[in-house]
Amino acid sequence: MTGPDGAALEDLWVYLATEPLLWLTATLVAYQFALFLQRRAAGSPLVNPVLIAVILLVALLAVSDIAYQTYFAGAQFVHFLLGTATVGLALPLWREGARLARRAVPLITALVCGSATAVASALGLAWALGASRETLLSLAPKSVTAPIAMGVSEQIGGLPSLTAVLVILTGAIGAVFATMTLDLIGVRNWRARGFAVGTAAHGIGVARAFQVHPVAGAYAGLAMGLNGLITALALPLLAHFL
Amino acid sequence: MLEAATWLLIFQLAGEIIARLAGLPLPGPVLGMVLLVIALFLRPALAEKLGVLVDGLLANLGLLFIPAGVGVSLHLGLLREEWLPILVALIGSTIAGIVVTALVYDALAPREGSDEEKQR
Repeated sequence: MTGPDGAALEDLWVYLATEPLLWLTATLVAYQFALFLQRRAAGSPLVNPVLIAVILLVALLAVSDIAYQTYFAGAQFVHFLLGTATVGLALPLWREGARLARRAVPLITALVCGSATAVASALGLAWALGASRETLLSLAPKSVTAPIAMGVSEQIGGLPSLTAVLVILTGAIGAVFATMTLDLIGVRNWRARGFAVGTAAHGIGVARAFQVHPVAGAYAGLAMGLNGLITALALPLLAHFL
Repeated sequence: MLEAATWLLIFQLAGEIIARLAGLPLPGPVLGMVLLVIALFLRPALAEKLGVLVDGLLANLGLLFIPAGVGVSLHLGLLREEWLPILVALIGSTIAGIVVTALVYDALAPREGSDEEKQR
């Protein structure tokens, strides 16, 4: 056997590029690298690991001319665990137990106000700046977790795949700006902070909250679930007026 | 570890089945989460078995959003065309949502007791 020549390397690339192994590995490496960068930045929320890893991988796909579908065939194993981790959010909620029950009224009130504010201000701002109707409808459910948001978007006449992108961007924005915003308005307790991030920025906000404090994470997870529920129920009704 | 994974998958599957059969507007995993909270109240011993795996998963929750996030590459054209309204709307509404939720909760919530951890 001779050493690898150009043709052999090309064969290898063709094999690797279409097998799950390479893209699964790339996803994990990109995430680890992004975490490393965040640690180097003293844990700054501006260096959000999800955002950085996504940018790296989008650039990698563009440079190597690989289709998203090919990438996803490998990365889907990570994606699958999202559902499993969502089920796992039950554990921090259960740990909060009775403390949670005592706060039911403030939590629900804050959720409804915050959720309505997010939807109304998103539509108002985008409309004022001349966004298309399709973009507006795709934008409406962007604060809730992706599977719910995509379903709602389809129901009210948006583009589900665009909604998925807007959901991800919302999550990243929430994770980046939450700490600064909450410090600025002087809200100090972990429950309020976590719950606010989960309401406005769903799972990526929850991921950020767990990075900061377990109680914030629990309340963020709770907010994500509840906001998904009320948005799925209310938006299709409200969409008649859009 | 394996037992924890098995329990999580069972609850995820149960959530998926019930959500679809009942035609609920909820994703299966969210319903699975609700079912697991109920199960934990009925059988607290389950929490110890789940602990290690769940805490590990949730500490790295961000990783799990990356594959879906890379889907941004499918809409780069539209994002380039309408980037201004989209960016302003996303940043403005996300911050507004965080502010309103936090302030309303803070105004209505019971004072944090002495057993509660104080933030820095």
